[in-house]
Amino acid sequence: MHALTGDAHAAGEGGWWSNLIGEGKAIDTNKYFVICSNILGGCKGSTGPSSINPKTGKPYGIDFPIITIGDIVNAQRNLIDHLGIDKLLAVVGGSMGGMQVLQWMVAYPKRIRSAIPIATTMKHTPQQIAFNEVGRQAIMADPDWHSGNYYDKGIPAKGLAIARMIGHITYMSDVSMAEKFGRKFRSDRAPFKFGADFEVEGYLHNRGDNFVRRFDANSYLYITKAIDYFNILNGHSLGDIFRGLRAKVLVLAFKSDWLYPTYQSQEIVKACKLSGVDASYCEVNSTYGHDAFLLEIEQESHLISNFLRSVTTGNGNKGA
Amino acid sequence: MADNVDFRSFADWIQSGASVLDLGCGDGELIGYLSKEKDVRAQGIELDEHAIIRCVSEGLSVFQQDIDTGLSEYADNSFDYVILNQTLQQVKKPDFALQEALRVGKKVIVGIPNFAHYKARTSIFFRGRVPVTVSLPYQWYDTPNLHFLSLNDFKDYCKKKGVTIERVFYKTDNRRVKFLPNLLAEYGYFLVSKTKS
Repeated sequence: MHALTGDAHAAGEGGWWSNLIGEGKAIDTNKYFVICSNILGGCKGSTGPSSINPKTGKPYGIDFPIITIGDIVNAQRNLIDHLGIDKLLAVVGGSMGGMQVLQWMVAYPKRIRSAIPIATTMKHTPQQIAFNEVGRQAIMADPDWHSGNYYDKGIPAKGLAIARMIGHITYMSDVSMAEKFGRKFRSDRAPFKFGADFEVEGYLHNRGDNFVRRFDANSYLYITKAIDYFNILNGHSLGDIFRGLRAKVLVLAFKSDWLYPTYQSQEIVKACKLSGVDASYCEVNSTYGHDAFLLEIEQESHLISNFLRSVTTGNGNKGA
Repeated sequence: MADNVDFRSFADWIQSGASVLDLGCGDGELIGYLSKEKDVRAQGIELDEHAIIRCVSEGLSVFQQDIDTGLSEYADNSFDYVILNQTLQQVKKPDFALQEALRVGKKVIVGIPNFAHYKARTSIFFRGRVPVTVSLPYQWYDTPNLHFLSLNDFKDYCKKKGVTIERVFYKTDNRRVKFLPNLLAEYGYFLVSKTKS
């Protein structure tokens, strides 16, 4: 299950999880059949605000209905129904992908044998919502946004790029930024005019500029709202939410992740324990921050490959 | 390991199909053994990331957690047995850890190294050095052990805190010790429970 700006291209050349999925890798394509679909509301193939509204013959824009993580997972369940799959060996995902994993655990517990929610949360905190809101405001403040009707004009590139820059800051850690950029100046720095003088500034500009070429601004608005509204508890207590779940669960978090701090994963673990779910939890040492779920591959690979093997072979105990 | 006499004793003490929580489970060797031998439903708690990876590869249920922060997410008596094997002397607050174990478990199994073993005594008395023995294999500067106690110290503790010792087992060199355990045993194992009032 992919994260906010990911897509179905998870494995192979240029795939966002190509170091984890493939022949002989943790999610071994010689052993497992791997499915990754574009989420509902995205812009890489499945229906989203940039799709054509059949009623008007024009892109939906903000006439697109509001979507939730529940809707996204329902679409995925329709997909496996269509493929004739009764039960998935595992649902795996990080960040927003992890929210989809939690949604599967609650909505379709009988359709999964195991679940691996990574660097995620049962619900966004005000801080997490706040970062998303600044990104959305950057897009909507761009005059090129035109209340979402920009598809026949120019895209709100500036706003979307700023949203992406904010996102990238939250995905890294203080340490990973210091290691990557230090206080180095850019080599092609112009005379001081408030340009991108430091390496880190150049990096963020670059990431922002690349992003606008591949991502739809309205999709960014819709998906971040879906993330902010997500609350797996939805009135249920921590002790009840996973009750009756027979799937094995592996919860992973990363020590330097300040966007989705480890305490949020520990809450998931607590819910598993209270419900008597067969679960395991590991906090992987990493300096990459939230990005670690894409980058801290060695430990993550060990955990995921061993866990999947134990699920496949039915090894180990029944859990308490 | 089936050739571990202490593991075999635990298997004797624990009923088949029981629920077990192992605090400081390391590689999960003990809960793996008990799962196979006694069909227990086991969970482990461990701090070391690499140990956790090995537990996961054995298909064991393990949580990375610091025992010193307590077991608040577990209800009273939620396990038939809680195990503190070679753990108690390494936590910051052993009294708190044991009380938490007694709250969460109906019975608790405690395994400790014996600081009053005669080799430890002679090291201090004749050599004037802190003991480095089989059960206490560390140098003073790199030991994970924060507390040093003898088998009798543990018994005194139980008496003082109203903890009932139901079964005991002492060993040296993987052999059972029955005579003068506080002097001759390197390790002691106790099956304890809250004293019923």
